[in-house]
Parts: sequence; structure tokens; C-alpha cells
Amino acid sequence: MSPLHIKKGSTSHSAYNLRPTFSDVQEKHTLAVLVDNEAGVLARVIGLFSARGYNIESLTVAEVDHVGGLSRITVVTTGTPQVIEQIKAQLGRIVPVHDVHDLTVEGPAVERELALLKVEGEGEKRVEALRLADIFRANVVDSTLRSFVFEITGTPEKIDAFSDLMRPLGLLEVARTGVAALSRGTA
Amino acid sequence: MTRQMTGAKMVVQALKDQGVDTVFGYPGGAVLPIYDEIFQQNGIRHILVRHEQGAVHMAEGYARATGKVGVCLVTSGPGATNAVTGLTDALMDSIPIVVLTGQVPTFMIGSDAFQEADTVGITRSCTKHNWLVRDTEDLPHIMHEAFHVASSGRPGPVLVDIPKDVQFATGSYAAPKEVKLAHYAPKVKGDMEPITELVEAMEQAKRPVFYTGGGVINSGTGASQLLRELVEATGFPVTSTLMGLGAYPASGDKWLGMLGMHGLYEANMAMHDCDLMINIGARFDDRITGRIDAFSPKSKKAHIDIDPSSINKVIRVDIPIVGDVGHVLEDLLKVWKARGRKTNKEALAKWWAQIDKWRAVDCLKFKQEGPTIKPQYALQRLEALTKGYDRYITTEVGQHQMWAAQFLGFEDPKRWMTSGGLGTMGYGLPASIGVQVAHPDALVINVAGEASWLMNMQEMGTAIQFRAPVKQFILNNERLGMVRQWQELLHGERYSHSWSEALPDFVKLAEAFGCKGIKCDNPADLDDAIMEMINYDGPVIFDCLVEKHENCFPMIPSGKAHNEMLLGEAETKGVIDAKGSVLV
Repeated sequence: MSPLHIKKGSTSHSAYNLRPTFSDVQEKHTLAVLVDNEAGVLARVIGLFSARGYNIESLTVAEVDHVGGLSRITVVTTGTPQVIEQIKAQLGRIVPVHDVHDLTVEGPAVERELALLKVEGEGEKRVEALRLADIFRANVVDSTLRSFVFEITGTPEKIDAFSDLMRPLGLLEVARTGVAALSRGTA
Repeated sequence: MTRQMTGAKMVVQALKDQGVDTVFGYPGGAVLPIYDEIFQQNGIRHILVRHEQGAVHMAEGYARATGKVGVCLVTSGPGATNAVTGLTDALMDSIPIVVLTGQVPTFMIGSDAFQEADTVGITRSCTKHNWLVRDTEDLPHIMHEAFHVASSGRPGPVLVDIPKDVQFATGSYAAPKEVKLAHYAPKVKGDMEPITELVEAMEQAKRPVFYTGGGVINSGTGASQLLRELVEATGFPVTSTLMGLGAYPASGDKWLGMLGMHGLYEANMAMHDCDLMINIGARFDDRITGRIDAFSPKSKKAHIDIDPSSINKVIRVDIPIVGDVGHVLEDLLKVWKARGRKTNKEALAKWWAQIDKWRAVDCLKFKQEGPTIKPQYALQRLEALTKGYDRYITTEVGQHQMWAAQFLGFEDPKRWMTSGGLGTMGYGLPASIGVQVAHPDALVINVAGEASWLMNMQEMGTAIQFRAPVKQFILNNERLGMVRQWQELLHGERYSHSWSEALPDFVKLAEAFGCKGIKCDNPADLDDAIMEMINYDGPVIFDCLVEKHENCFPMIPSGKAHNEMLLGEAETKGVIDAKGSVLV
């Protein structure tokens, strides 16, 4: 099995990426960080965010290339453009990091998240919950006489919307995976 | 050619293959196998310290004085945790060192074993990178990679944690050439487009200034040579941070002196009023910038740095250039020469006239009168009497450090070792020993305050054991001077715990260790006492009693712009406001 082709050179150090693009507006960026799958690399990335006071909205990590020994960390973070540039540069500085892609600026991207929601209810509320789950194309993965566990995948906004609708219908617990994202096309 | 050998032997072999000749360390249970191997060979010299913190500072002094990677060997648990301060210091000042730590056997990790600590976890944020070796087969690769990471790109400290069973087990060793290193290969050559843009700006600049830093020193002696060539060819003024002193010679006629919180008036004014600021290997540290929104507001700024995360971190720059200082300066000179060596000569003459006016303020002036030695006078005499020697200077941290930077002149790089970014008191004495070990015949002087010096005083034993004739020049004002100065300015002269009580008799202390002690409190005796210190064949503790309440000027008070300097006593009352008081 040949190693996956993972695009290199996204953190090009050409001066154009370093030109100041400054404003005080907080922006949300999705970063994909390709790292060696070695012990402690996630702790390094988290440590960087915590030490420098950067914000982690969500984070997910898994091995994506067993032959090449690479993992992909997908982080959603917020900050001013200057802070986002700093985060990318600081991530690029970590030795086991191969590449840092900013999926929010590098062109269109696909973002997906998975959530499990436990909803408890009887009678009308129970029926309504099932109907809404159908509309959102969520699956029922657990059912008892009093409760359901729904599994839903989609953009974070879709999951937020579904959660909001479940809340008055008896939402008990939610477990979310965080965003996984890939750029569209092969440019 | 791979050979079978124990992990401990692999460590020693890897050090030899990497060109290491000196290791600073302290034994312990978890590193006994490696110490056994060191005992049975002759190529590597081991310097036994008295505290592991001393070992790391010694390796730092050694690294800065030679340009090589410094190496330490300490045991697990407390040995490793004692190294944390030194590692953090090396990370802040970008000094290449490899710290090898022992660890409990792999099957005992996580069981709260004797002298166990989560070394890799604890040092993750104070090293450039660290490794825990779980398999002896990985050890050679990790050792060679450690040296590669420590010394390439922006240099820094790395740590290799080696469990005891890995040291005992056998595996196959591979030499550096046989090992395929990781992808870590920082960019050293700058892009031609921003370099050309910078040359265009230089051709037209009316009030340019070179702002140089530790990056020039780290780039090697070639970079300092290129800087000198560039300064002479263009005729632009040049200033330097604390960490960059010596890249351009202090005796050079384009030298403005050090800039920053305690830098010279002409240097800070030139930085504020310039129209083109060329940052070469510095990082816009807060000691230099003062209040950020008032930092050189009207100038165009260029920044040459090997670390992309340093660019636009604090100050917005207009022409960023990522690359090694040496490589970039070479290209810069080539392009500038090819385009006809143009500068705006008329405007430059006016700029120098303005700079000369600022120089005339003579911001470092002081009066040595009366029976007490002023610290500035002590350093002035030290400079005059030692500058002809093959001299290396280390310092501790505080007022004496600032006065040393102001009054001592550095003609070459790698002659000045000080703790800049972290400001570690207790750095200077071990660092001076590290420098002396690297240069056994040189005159190595540690300028210290009495409080800083006591922090790692146990290392005098190391100096005497290994015949390192380091000169400890202690400016003794019986105060924590820099703290006291801030308490005077900011906290209504409430001197909370900023005096040194119960000080030892330094002369008796020197004799107790078995070296020479000299005490001097009379300005008339100072020259003779300094000569006695220089001529004594061995380590010397020089207790120089100085004026107790002297303030270090110029000073940019915290929260002020870098052209709002205090130049003397009269202006100090109530000068820092509430917003400024939060800043260190």
C-alpha cells in the first residue's frame, strides 16, 4: 500500500503570506495540521494553544496514513487575522508538524461533524422528536420506551439547529466529535 | 556500518560522531550505565557540576562561546527538573543545547517510581523538541536528530529522555550519515522579491537604521562579517539589542550603542525618528519597543528572521524576509551592489548630524567622586584594563548587567554571554565556567551582583576542580538593585525585601573554596585590585563594594514610548502610571 499523497507546501514561507492583513474582527478558521503520528504530538499542539492563549472551538485527531505514519489534526479556532497568522506560524514551528492548511482561506472546503443526542420523552414529544429526526436525516441508534439516541452527521450549523430543536423535547445528553474538514477539488 | 552495542554505548558513540568533546553533568541512578561508558573512554571530557541547573547554564555558555551545540547529562526525577530553568533560558535566547536525561525503566514509567518524573511532559513547553526513547533500536536515530533539531533553523534546546533498561539493552548503532532525518528543514535562503524591495527602500532612505539582534550571532561569524561590510558600504547607523552585542564592533564609527529599556539615548531616538528600520535577526522584544502603538510610528520596517512566527508577532512590518541572516545579507549586498551602490548621501549626512546632536547628550555620564565606588566607574575601569586581552564576558541579571552592556565594548561576536530573554539570576557563574572550558587560555570574567552570584555559588567547586580560572567580578551594593530601582519609581520607595542581608565574607568564602578572594571599596585602589584579579593564576572572587542606591539610566519606564526616556534622577518621581505599572 503506497503512502497517501498529502499536499505539501501549504505553509509556504513566501513573503506574501506574511503581509499584514490586520483588522480587529474576530474570525473563525478551520485549520488542518498534518503531523507525524508520534507519542505526545497532540499534547504539543494543545500545549501551544493553551500556553499562548489561543482559542480551541473544536479539535479532532486521527491517524490518516498508516504507512507514512501521519495523523491529521483538525482545529477550529477564532482570532483576529494577525492572531490566526501567528497560530499558523507557531504550529509550523513544531518539529513533528509537516503542513498547516488554513481551510477557511485556501478555497472551498467540506466540513462535517457527527453527534449523538439522547432525548427522553413520552407521547407527543416522543413522536415529534422522531419526526424531526427524519427531517434532519438523523438515524436512531438506540431506543427504549422512554428515550432515543439519535446519530446525526452534517455541518456544525446543522447539528446546532437539530440540538436546539431537541432541547424542548427532552434533550438529555449530547456527544459531538468536532469538525473534520477537507478542501474541495485538487487545486 | 551498523554495530551491535548497548544503549549506553550508543549515546557515547553518537556524541563522538557528532563532534562533542565536552559534556556537563551530574550522575544518578538512572544514568549509571552511561556514566560507566564515559568512564571507559577518553574522547569526551566530563565536567562534574554541583547542581544540574549549573550544568545547563555551563552548556549554554559553552555553546554561545563556540557556536557548537552544548551537551548536558543529568539523571531522572530531580536531575531533570533542576534542568528546567536552564532549558527555558536556552529556549528564550535560542541557544543550541542537547540535554540527556536518565529515566526509570520503561516498565516502571507511570508507577510513581523512585526518582521518576514526567520529564517529557514537564519539558515539552521549554524545549524546541523532546523525545522519550522507548526502544534501543530508535536511540541512534533520535540522538542524531536531536543534534540536527538543536542546531538548525532557529537554534534551541532539545531533551532526550533515556530509560535505564534502554541504556542496558543491545541494539544496532547507525552513524549520522546512515540515518534519514525527519522532514524538519527550515528555510535559510530569503526570497529575492522582498530583498529587492528592501534594497530599493535603502537606496531612497533619508533616515535609515540597522536594528540587529541575537540572530546575527547565531548565524555564525560570517554573518557578523557581512553585517560590517553592509554597514561600511552603506554608511547607515547601526544599533543592537542586548543579545546582539559584538556583531558590529563597539569601536566602529557607525555604532549607536545598545538600544532598549536601558539603551543609549541616541540609539532609541534614532529608532523612533528613522524612516527605514531594518531589523536583522532581532525579535521586537518588549524591552526594545516600549509602548507598541508609539513604536517608531512613521517608519517603514523590514524584518529579516529565520523564524516565520517571529515576523508580525508584535510589530507590523512592511518588508518581511524569512531566511538565515548570513544568507540574506549576502544576497542583499549582491543586489545593492549590482544596482549601483546607491544611497541618499545628502540626507544621510543630515541624519548623522542629528545623531551627533543626540550623542552630545552623553546619556551615560556619571560622576565618580567621593569615597564610594560607583558601579559605572568599576565597569569603566574593568573595560580599560581588560580590553586588550582575549576576553569573554558573562553576566548575571540586574542593574550590573545593564551597566556591563553600556560600559563594556565588544569587538567580536561570541564574546558576550548573558541571559536576555528569561533574565535568569544565577546564569553567569556557571556560564563563565562553560566559556572557560571552551577557551582554557582566555580571560573569562563574570560581572555579577551579589544576590545573583549567590544563586549558583556552589559551582565555584567546579571551577576549582577543573582549573577554570574564571574571574567573578561582583558589584556588591547589598541590594537587589533593579528591583529596588523599580520600587523607588513605582512603589513609593517601599523597599520590600530588596536588600541582601547576612551576606558571606566573599574573601573568606574564596579561601574556603581554595581560590583567591579580593575585596575593594576604595576607588583609588580599584585599578590595582583589578590587575591583581587578572594576574592571579586561578579563579578569583572579587568583592567590589559599590554605591548602594544608584539608579540605572537611561530608562524607558514601562508603558512609555521608546523615545520617552528618563535620563537622570530628577525625573523619576511618579513617572509610571497605573497602566504602565502592570507591565514588568
